Amino acid sequence: MSEGETGPEALSARRQAGAAMADGKIVAATEATALLEAVIRPGDRVCIEGDNQKQADCLARALAGCDPARVNGLHMVQSGVVLPEHLDIFEIGIADRLDYSYSGPQGARVARMMGEGSLTVGAVHTYLELFARYFVDLTPQVALVVAVSADRDGNLYTGPNTEDTPTVVEATAFKNGLVVAQVNEIVEKVPRVDIPGDRVHFVVEADKPFYVEPLFTRDPGAVTETQILMAMMALKGIYGEYGVTRLNHGIGFGTAAIELILPTYGERLGLKGKVASHWALNPHPSLIPAVESGWVSQVHCFGSEVGMEAYVGARPDIFFTGPDGSLRSNRAFCQTAGLYACDMFIGSTLQVDLQGNSSTVTTGRVAGFGGAPNMGSDPHGRRHPSPAWLKAAEEASDGTDERLMRRGRKLVVQIVETFAEGMAPTFVEELDAVRLARNAGLDLAPVMIYGDDVTHILTEEGIANLLLCRTAQEREQAIRGVAGYTEIGRGRDRAMVAQLRERGVIRRPEDLGIDVLDADRSLLAARSMKDLVHWSGGLYDPPARFRNW
Amino acid sequence: MSAPTADRAPSWYEASARARLAALLDRASFTEFLGPAARETSPHLPLFDLPRAFDDGIVVGRGTLDDRPVLAAAQEGRFMGGAFGEVHAAKLTGLLRAAAELRPAAVLILFDTGGVRLQEANAGETAISEIMRAIVEVRRAGVPVVGLVGGRAGAYGGGGLIAGTCARLVVSEQGRIAVSGPEVIETNHGVEEFDSKDRALVWRTMGGKHRALTGGADAYAADTAEAFRAAALRLIDRAPAFDLETMRAEQARLEARLERHGTAGDAPDIWSALGVPESGRVSALGDDAFAELLASSGDSHDAR
Amino acid sequence: MDRLQFSHETPRALGGGRDQAILGVVASGNLEVLMERVLEPDRCEIEITTPLGGYDAVWEAVIADFVERAAPGGVRISINDGGAQPDTVMLRLLQAARMMEGQS
Repeated sequence: MSEGETGPEALSARRQAGAAMADGKIVAATEATALLEAVIRPGDRVCIEGDNQKQADCLARALAGCDPARVNGLHMVQSGVVLPEHLDIFEIGIADRLDYSYSGPQGARVARMMGEGSLTVGAVHTYLELFARYFVDLTPQVALVVAVSADRDGNLYTGPNTEDTPTVVEATAFKNGLVVAQVNEIVEKVPRVDIPGDRVHFVVEADKPFYVEPLFTRDPGAVTETQILMAMMALKGIYGEYGVTRLNHGIGFGTAAIELILPTYGERLGLKGKVASHWALNPHPSLIPAVESGWVSQVHCFGSEVGMEAYVGARPDIFFTGPDGSLRSNRAFCQTAGLYACDMFIGSTLQVDLQGNSSTVTTGRVAGFGGAPNMGSDPHGRRHPSPAWLKAAEEASDGTDERLMRRGRKLVVQIVETFAEGMAPTFVEELDAVRLARNAGLDLAPVMIYGDDVTHILTEEGIANLLLCRTAQEREQAIRGVAGYTEIGRGRDRAMVAQLRERGVIRRPEDLGIDVLDADRSLLAARSMKDLVHWSGGLYDPPARFRNW
Repeated sequence: MSAPTADRAPSWYEASARARLAALLDRASFTEFLGPAARETSPHLPLFDLPRAFDDGIVVGRGTLDDRPVLAAAQEGRFMGGAFGEVHAAKLTGLLRAAAELRPAAVLILFDTGGVRLQEANAGETAISEIMRAIVEVRRAGVPVVGLVGGRAGAYGGGGLIAGTCARLVVSEQGRIAVSGPEVIETNHGVEEFDSKDRALVWRTMGGKHRALTGGADAYAADTAEAFRAAALRLIDRAPAFDLETMRAEQARLEARLERHGTAGDAPDIWSALGVPESGRVSALGDDAFAELLASSGDSHDAR
Repeated sequence: MDRLQFSHETPRALGGGRDQAILGVVASGNLEVLMERVLEPDRCEIEITTPLGGYDAVWEAVIADFVERAAPGGVRISINDGGAQPDTVMLRLLQAARMMEGQS
C-alpha cells in the first residue's frame, strides 16, 4: 500500500470526494452508495461495524450496492460476518480478503465460500486480538460505523449499544482514516457524546433503525431439569467452594439456569453476598431476579440487550450508565475486564476432547470465536491476587513449589450436557475442528478453549476438577468419568474413576449433597419471560418473538 | 419494586395433564378411566413409525370439586400437540356420554390441543363432531360443561370448535382459543396479513386477555390450578340454560359484536371501543390488574 | 420403531405402597415411564419403544445403572421414548421409582 493512501493527504482527498454527496457532514440514505463509491479506493482496508449484537446494516447494503468496477479488491476487517451483504460483497468482487472474529448465523456460508475459494480469510480472531490488530497491522482506511443519533457536527450518540464503536473509530480516525456513521436520526443535540464529532467525517441518516440481535435472551420456560441440576452443582461445588465474586457467564441455558437459581437455591446455600456479585456480562434478562434480590453489586457490559434498556436505565446503581440515563457498554473494555478482572469464566461448548480442548466448530460451519477464548483463558499477565485465584493455583500445585512464586489460576469451567440435541455426543476422541484444519490445510485448528486453560468440566453426571489431576492419565479418566453414557464415558476405567471420586477429583451430585430429584423447575426464580417482566417492575420489554402474552 | 417471590404455586401452563387434574380437583379424589396400564394406544401412529403414548394423550375420569361429583378430561399438550386422534377422542366422547347418563355436577374439559391429529385425520374430524354432539346432549341433560384453557397448545382447530360448544370457558393469559392457528392463517393469507412469529400479535388476537375482554371466554384465571379451580366453581353455578332463548341471545350478541368491531384493524382498537382505558397497556397488565379491568369493562355476556 | 427388552435380577423388592406409576410425556427429547408392580420381588423387566435406533448399548448401560441404583424388584417398566437423552431417561426412571415408593 502506498504512503499516499494512508497519509493526511489521502484523508483530505477522500473527504473532498465525499463532500459532493453531503450537506455539511450529512448524507441522505439514498446517496449512501454514491458516497461509498467516492470515498473508498480499490484495495482499501475497510472496517464495517457489526458484531454479535448491533449491525451497520444500512451501510452494509450501501457497500453491497457499489459498482465493483469502481470499488474492488477491498480487505474487510470486522468483528462480525453476520449479514448476507457481508458475504455478498465477496461474491460480486467488491472485496477479496477478510479478517474477522465472529460469524454465527453465516457460519455455514463462510465455510462454503472458503471451500470454493471465493473468500480468502486472513485469520479468525477473538474480538480482543482483532481490536489489537486494528492498532498494529490491520488499521482501517475507512470505517463504516453505526450509532443511534448524530448532530450536524457529527457528534455520535450510540445509546446502550456502544459496543465496538469507540475502538473502531479510535483506530481509524487517528491514523488518517475516514469515518462514516449511519444513524437512526439527526438531532439538534445528542443526549450524550459517545464519539466526538471531529472523528466522524460523514453521517448517513439511515432508512430504518439499525438491527440488533437479542443474542443474550434465554426463555426461562425452556430451562430443563438437567440444566437446573447442573446449575445446582455449579453453585454449590464451584461458586461456593472458591468464593467466586467476579465472573463472566456464557450465553447458554446452563448459565442462564445458574442466574435464575441464585435467589432460590443460592439463597438457601447462604451464598448471597459471598459469590457472583461483580460481573463482566451483557444485561442478561435472566439476571434480573438476582439483581432485584440484592445479589449483584455491579455489572459492566460488552453491549446491551434488546428490551433491557429501560430496566438497565433504572438501575444505575448496578450498571454503567451515562448522564442521559442509558447504558454505556464497551466491548473492548469489557473483554479486558473479563480477561483480567474476573476469577471465573463458565460457559458451554459443543465438543470436548479427552484433553479438555473444546470447540464450537462442527462439520460445515465456521462460527468464529467472538469473545469466548479471551473469557475462557488464564491470563498470564495477571498480577493481582484474589482468594479464588490463589485457591485454584493451590489445588493445581503438588506442594513442592515456593508458595510466594506460585501464580494464581483463573477458573475456566465448561458446563456441558453429555449429549446435545439429536444424541450428538459432546465428548469426542477428536474435535471436528482438528479434522477441519487438517482437511483445509490450516496452520491452527479453531479451538475455542484449550484444555490447559480448563479447570473444571461440569456435566449432569458430576464435576471433574482438572486442577487436582496430577497426570495426563488422571486427567483423561476425570473427563471420561463425567462424560455420561457417551462412548467416551462408557470407555472409562471404572476403578480409576472410583479412585478419583474418592479423592474429590470427580464429584457426583450426591457427593455434593444434592438429590437429583430436587432439580425441579420450581427452583427457578422466574419460570417464564413474563416472570422476568414482573421481576423488572414492568421495565423489561422482551422482543415479540419471546412473548406469550 | 414489587417482585414475585421465589416460592410460588406451580404453573398451569407448565403442568402435565395429570398434574393439572390432581391440583384442580379435591385432593386424591380423581379416579382414572382407561388408565395407561390399559394401554389403549393409537392404532394409527405405528403405521407412521411414530411413538405412542399409553393414554393416547388424554386423561379421563371422575372426581370431586368442592365435594361435588364431576367428570373430567385433560389433554396432554406436549404429546403430539395434544391433538385429537381416534382413541384420544373416543375417550372424551365416552366420558361425555357417561355424563349424560350419570348427571354429575359438571363436566370439566382441560383443553390443550392444536386440533385434529394429522395422521388420523378422518377418525379425528369425525370424532370432533361426535364430541360436539355429545356435549349438546350433556347440556340438554342439564349438566354444565366447562372448558379450561391455559395449556401450551391452546385450544385450536377442532379443539376451538369444541370449546365453542361448552357452556362456560375459563381462560388464562397464556391460553389461546381459535379455529385456524397462526401458521395456518399466515400460510393461507400471507405474512402481511398475519405474522405467526410475532407472538405478541398472536396473543393479542387469540390469547386469554382478548378472549376474556370480548366475551370469547367467561372467566379469566391466573396461571395456577387454584385460580382455575376457583373460576370453574364460580362458573358451574352460572351455566346458562341450554334452550332456544339462550341460542338466540348468543346469536344476537355475536351479530352485534361483529357489527361493532368488524372493521377494527387490531385487537387494541376493539379494546378501546369496549371502553378499556390505555388499551395499549393491556398486554403488560398483571393478572390482578387485568381482572379488575375486566370487571369494569369488557364484553360480559350471559348467553352462551 | 425399535423395541428393546431387558431383564434383571434385583437383590430386593422396590419399597413403597403404590402398584402403579406413570411419569413423563412422549415428546421430543422426553419419554414416558410406566411402572407396574406385577412381577416376582427379585425380578425387574424393562421394555422400551424408541424412534431412535442404534443406541442399544446406551440403553443397556442406563438401565443397568438404574437397576443397581434403585433395586426396582417386582416392577415391570414400560417406556415410550420420544428421543430422550440418557440423563433424562435416568431422571425419569428415578422419579418414577420414587413415586412407586410413595403412599398408595
